[in-house]
Amino acid sequence: MGAGAVGAAVANLAGEYGHTVVALADSSSAAVASDGSGGDDAGDGNGIDAAAALESKRAGEPLGEADPTDALEADYDALVEATPTTLGDAQPGFGHVERALERDRHVVLANKGPVAERFGEVRELEEQSAGTVRFEATVGGAMPVLSTIEDFDPDHIDAVRGVLNGTANFILSRMAAEGLGYEHVLAEAQDLGVAEADPTFDVDGTDAALKCVIVANVLAGDDREYTLDDAEVQGIEEIPGSALELATEDGQTIRLIGEVTPAGEVRVGPRLVPEHGTLAVTGTENIVQLETAHAGRLNISGRGAGGPETATAVLADAGRLPDL
Amino acid sequence: MSDSTEDVRAYTVRLELVDEPGELLRALEPIADNGGNLLSIFHERGNVTPRGHIPVEVDLEATPERFDDIVDALREAGINVIQAGSHTYSESLTVVLTGHLVNTDLSNTLSRIQESTAANVTDLSLSAPEGTEDVSSARLRLATEEGRAASTLATVRDIAEEKDLRVIEPLMGGGAA
Repeated sequence: MGAGAVGAAVANLAGEYGHTVVALADSSSAAVASDGSGGDDAGDGNGIDAAAALESKRAGEPLGEADPTDALEADYDALVEATPTTLGDAQPGFGHVERALERDRHVVLANKGPVAERFGEVRELEEQSAGTVRFEATVGGAMPVLSTIEDFDPDHIDAVRGVLNGTANFILSRMAAEGLGYEHVLAEAQDLGVAEADPTFDVDGTDAALKCVIVANVLAGDDREYTLDDAEVQGIEEIPGSALELATEDGQTIRLIGEVTPAGEVRVGPRLVPEHGTLAVTGTENIVQLETAHAGRLNISGRGAGGPETATAVLADAGRLPDL
Repeated sequence: MSDSTEDVRAYTVRLELVDEPGELLRALEPIADNGGNLLSIFHERGNVTPRGHIPVEVDLEATPERFDDIVDALREAGINVIQAGSHTYSESLTVVLTGHLVNTDLSNTLSRIQESTAANVTDLSLSAPEGTEDVSSARLRLATEEGRAASTLATVRDIAEEKDLRVIEPLMGGGAA
């Protein structure tokens, strides 16, 4: 579900990972494999022509002749939910997750909404289903953040912090390097395609906060459920160039840092970090630091957004799913 | 003055000086002017702090009252006093405040921070490129006693919120490497 940058990249790359795309939907239409409904097993090699469907969408035509809801009923093993993240009730993504689990199918999320806003419900639905929910792609794009936490066991991770939004990081690192003002750099980022036309969630800290909330949910397990309301969030919109200058004079710089503290607080805001330190990544790069109980600090850095990058995480998750 | 001579004690003051000509003399004057008796000066010329300052250790004799005056005078002269006698400021944290700093009375903000925390403002840089009527930024260096950094920061946040200022905090709990 979803045929934006991430959904399209998943559809394009799925074959390379040995998967078959049996349905592809956006908000208005869907392409569904002809033998899709009725059979119990996803037919081998009987997928749709994803490239042709996406070509049709690029030309302003529908993806296919089917209705988006038909895709939910298609004969798939795993549903990839890559519709835009929504806050509050996390719809329509949550409904898609619910339907797939009711049908005892797996779900792989790129959409942050369901696991940031309704984590407990998703886990409950998963318990009653033969399907599994995975959501590596929701935190840090291509970086293996959640799977590393899972491997280390969440009980053995004390704290997590990092730069989790490439747009905000690009703006702050450009402001510091060029001595330019916020508005100027934001406009430049939009011209370069680094920032979206509406960059609100990136610069006000919401996007980074959602990722931290998801991490907090994973770390807390059954002890506590977090939503965006539990996060203390401050954005970067009001940072004057003079603040970055003063920080630089002192050998430091400013980055939008998200953290889940050892006490379990979720905080996102601009922080002073050493100018040449590990966390002061430049451009759109992301970094996450895990404080482990017995093995010190672990740094994971890489590309935290983008179609093929996020699709890589989605397909890695698909490879981790157990057989149904 | 009712100082009795037998009350004179030896003290060690640790200072951090800006690497500029005349700074050492400027740091010693308040000691002499307030009745301190200089015993030794250890000027660690080759040992620069991470912020590019030069640590200086001064041994002196003074009565407790005069010693307090000396420390106050040093701070008034803008000298960074890292350690004075038994009172150790072992943690230092830097915050940047942004907003209408001048219109909201910066010196009042600073004195409130000093009064309501166990911290000392040891360094201040103000940048107001758009003029004092507009948004400006200030970098504050606070010296606190060990283990008090988090509570100091919380107080700074409260004071800033009251004055509608933004606090850009240092990242606490690691991440500094």
